Amino acid sequence: MAKLVPLLAVFFYLVCVSEAVFEDQVGKFDWRRQYVGKVLFASFDSPSQSSKKLFVATDKNIFASLNSRTGDLFWRHVDKMGPEGAVDTLLVNAQDGRLLRSWDTNVGGLNWEVVLDTGSFQAACFVGIQDTVKHVAVLKKTAISLHYLSNGHQKWVENLPDSDTVKYQAVYSGGGEEVFVLGMVPHSHLTITVYSLEDGEIIRQVTGPQLSADSGRRLLDTTVIFPLDANGGKPQKLYVHAFLKKDDSVGYRVLVQTEDHALTFIQQPGRVVWTREEALADVVTMEMVDLPLTGTQAELEGEFGKKADGLLPMVMKRLSSQVILLQAWMAHLWKLFYEARKPRSQIKNEVTIETLSRDEFNLQKMMVMVTASGKLFGIDSKSGTILWKHYLENVQPNAAFKLIVQRTTAHFPHPPQCTLLIKDKDTGLATLHVFNPIFGRKSQISLPALPRPILQSLLLPVIDQDYAKCLLLVDDQYKVTAFPSTKNVMQQLQEMASSIFFYLVDSEQGTLSGFRLRKDLSSELIWEVVLPTEVQKIVAVKGKRPSEHVHSQGRVMGDRSVLYKYLNPNLLAVVTESTDTHPERAFVGMFLVDGVTGRIIHEAVQRKARGPIHFVHSENWVVYEYWNTKSRRNEFSVLELFEGTELYNSTVFSSLDRPHLPQVLQQSYIFPSPITTMEATLTEKGITSRHLLVGLPSGAILSLPKMFLDPRRPEVVNEHSREENLIPYAPEMPIRTEWFINYNQTISRLKGIYTAPSGLESTCLVVAYGLDIYQTRVYPSKQFDVLKDDYDYVLISSVLFALFFATMISKRLAEVKLLNRAWR
Amino acid sequence: MASGGPSFLLLSMVPTILLLCIDFACCNTGRRTSDGLDTDFTGFSVPLEHSFEVDDVSQFRVRGALQLRGGRETSVSLSQNQLSEEDRSTLKEVAAVDGLYRIRVPRVSLSADRQSDRPMDGFLTAFVRACSLVESHLSDVITLHTDVSGFLIGVSIVTIPGACRGTEVEDEVDLEAFNTTLNVIAPTNAPQPETALFIERMDMENEKRGKPQEQKSFFAKYWMYIVPLVLFLMMSGAQDQSGGGAGGGGANGGR
Repeated sequence: MAKLVPLLAVFFYLVCVSEAVFEDQVGKFDWRRQYVGKVLFASFDSPSQSSKKLFVATDKNIFASLNSRTGDLFWRHVDKMGPEGAVDTLLVNAQDGRLLRSWDTNVGGLNWEVVLDTGSFQAACFVGIQDTVKHVAVLKKTAISLHYLSNGHQKWVENLPDSDTVKYQAVYSGGGEEVFVLGMVPHSHLTITVYSLEDGEIIRQVTGPQLSADSGRRLLDTTVIFPLDANGGKPQKLYVHAFLKKDDSVGYRVLVQTEDHALTFIQQPGRVVWTREEALADVVTMEMVDLPLTGTQAELEGEFGKKADGLLPMVMKRLSSQVILLQAWMAHLWKLFYEARKPRSQIKNEVTIETLSRDEFNLQKMMVMVTASGKLFGIDSKSGTILWKHYLENVQPNAAFKLIVQRTTAHFPHPPQCTLLIKDKDTGLATLHVFNPIFGRKSQISLPALPRPILQSLLLPVIDQDYAKCLLLVDDQYKVTAFPSTKNVMQQLQEMASSIFFYLVDSEQGTLSGFRLRKDLSSELIWEVVLPTEVQKIVAVKGKRPSEHVHSQGRVMGDRSVLYKYLNPNLLAVVTESTDTHPERAFVGMFLVDGVTGRIIHEAVQRKARGPIHFVHSENWVVYEYWNTKSRRNEFSVLELFEGTELYNSTVFSSLDRPHLPQVLQQSYIFPSPITTMEATLTEKGITSRHLLVGLPSGAILSLPKMFLDPRRPEVVNEHSREENLIPYAPEMPIRTEWFINYNQTISRLKGIYTAPSGLESTCLVVAYGLDIYQTRVYPSKQFDVLKDDYDYVLISSVLFALFFATMISKRLAEVKLLNRAWR
Repeated sequence: MASGGPSFLLLSMVPTILLLCIDFACCNTGRRTSDGLDTDFTGFSVPLEHSFEVDDVSQFRVRGALQLRGGRETSVSLSQNQLSEEDRSTLKEVAAVDGLYRIRVPRVSLSADRQSDRPMDGFLTAFVRACSLVESHLSDVITLHTDVSGFLIGVSIVTIPGACRGTEVEDEVDLEAFNTTLNVIAPTNAPQPETALFIERMDMENEKRGKPQEQKSFFAKYWMYIVPLVLFLMMSGAQDQSGGGAGGGGANGGR
């Protein structure tokens, strides 16, 4: 029996944390959008108008088929990242770099694939005799080869004559028995070599000083006017599909690609059939912003928000706002009544920017997404509809973005305000874009001039008279620019200057340095930690999320004493990797540094390990994942910091006054899969237990309970650990299929996971982005504050009523009986 | 030992007074004058400098010397000067304006074989509020952090107690000598997954469980139910044969 108890405890936990989606919940709280990326090649299926298929190959090494009527994906092939999978050219049969592949256009299956000889690819074309295409010619720098279209086998390969002087550029077949190769000697002449289709013999060679082109016949002269999105970019590329209509006139359809990676499909009278926002295939950063209150709620807020101005006006204001509330309620009732009469299918829940308002539990939010192309999107988190978009021109392709919410929606009537810091990675020069995250409109706020490269930005809790948080930008001379820089803010900054600290990281020099703000907004160096770059290099530095709440200060142990958590909000987790990459000597360093005093709280070295390192830093713990070079497997390690059984100063935490180092507990586990990204769930008050959301390369997101990553998991179970509900230590971390929060909705090339709290304590909103975007909700401790969907209201209320009536009746009966007895 | 190279040879021959201690050394030799700093030890000495100015522009002066003696076990000791009258008054002034007391050490390597490699430029700095130093009567803890190869990567200073409560320190004698605890912290090795122990434990549990719970056959487990049942059936069968008519009649009557 004693052995059974821990087993039961484990079982209990497993039952407790399982949270798979029921079949009827699929798609109820979650959605996924699939993208392909910036289109490099596009081609139309057939010369007739009837065909619906459209083929694209993109810079993300993706080959896909789109429905030309709706813009939806028929199928999509995600090839390897990097140059290995790059698509060189797209014929109706697509071809990849060193591999020549043929695809079935209907279902997207691979017909065949051949490996080409190495050599730089120049051009390719179909070779056909009288409209029946049987061969593919591939031109390389030094050779030309002919392949059968049916199976990919090579028919012949010939070396090109004088390939060191002649630059061969194009290959063409006119439908006869010949293949023409066009080459050019720079600044001299052109050569055309004609090959026989049968055996690859050179039939003749023509050299000419210049090209004599026949004049083409003009088929059609037309203009189509179509409206360009005002918030989009300029057109960049056109793919025209011309076809013969039934009346023998020429019709055409156009696929327009604009600078912001959007694809627009236009039919002849200038009608936009569909638009695909392919910029969303490369989301860089995002934030979730609360939606504004409805008009009535805002009215109420406004009443309490304003300054008091006399008793009578206050009463009047209260009365008027209550009248408005009553009106709104009546309108709501009327709408309910009206809609109840209509069949359910007719009620449309279309989300538009006008109808946006916060729902009861704040589950619907605005997702502000920043893409690498410089286009910003506002997406409704409930449905995934794009509500606004804004293209920022002149954004360098290598720019780094940082999105900051300066003012939330909570300060009605001031509109919410987001600031995007765009930094050129080469020069370090930065620009700011300030906008309203609900409508996407640019704010008319005077921006500070930033003539110097920006090293660091930090958001202070200092609030100006308009409730906007103050953003500090540190330039390369360690001068600080404040935004907004109103008088009010400046005054507050000067008062607080001596308690504003910030840190800078220079991974090339291996230095971490701390600064303190001076009253004149310059700063002074106060601490420095140097990690010699000969030994290790800094890979990443992460603080905690400022929006995070921790509900309990400690953990109750088995003997009823409390182990207090070391909750240092200034703590930085610094991860390093050794410069020595030999598997025996490689290591990963984990440094916990106080960002104010520069004190190294803990330094640990994971031997025989290397990156890529993914880590999460939250509450009093750090979880990191690394590759064990000795055992050749992925491992998780968790660090937890505790102050001990007594708190040094329980009222307030100050980095300057915390002389004792915390106790650090650490444990490691084997994880049976590599991972691509990691994030922790976040809830409103931090009461709900935490889960780790682990993105796997397969595109699944695993919701791993933090309970399994607990350094206090005992190796030998005893009374106390059982009391604490600690799971006995097992070296391998399980992966249970019911922990996958995105069931079969895999996310290709997962890049990041964003979590945001909702109004419900039990619920955490999750957005995963990569090539696809996926939004869902997770309930780490199950939905303890919500009744289930299938809650039996009828049963409960009927039981209640029955009991009520039974009580009434029995009371009456009892009274009658008493009366009768009294008469007797 | 002697084959460790000339520098090592020199080190091991020199008689040393201080006992080696692992990663921990404490010293309060505040009364000693600075003249005798480098005479006792030939190991390796780097200055520990401090700065406290009312205008907060750092001007580092020597506070003491860190004696680093490499070898397999690094030993560090600190000998430091007394604060002069002038320094004491400056420190109190700095504390009054909530200024900072900073220290710095040069970037060196603590391991013997690396010391001669190359001198590294730059310093490691740390700070503490001057008022807390004054209020703690100059009792501070200086921690030197090294990386895996023994390079100094960081220094930290805290005072015990660390708070500034605004208590006046009247006695000048309290601010004369530092009461310093010196620590050297090298990185700890993070644990690997404990597979061996786990397998051992599983084996033990299996062994324990294996003995009493041998797989019994169905009959062996439930013979106590089966035997009476069979007996009962047999008995009732025998009764049926003997008094079939009566039994049958009774049954019919029962329905």
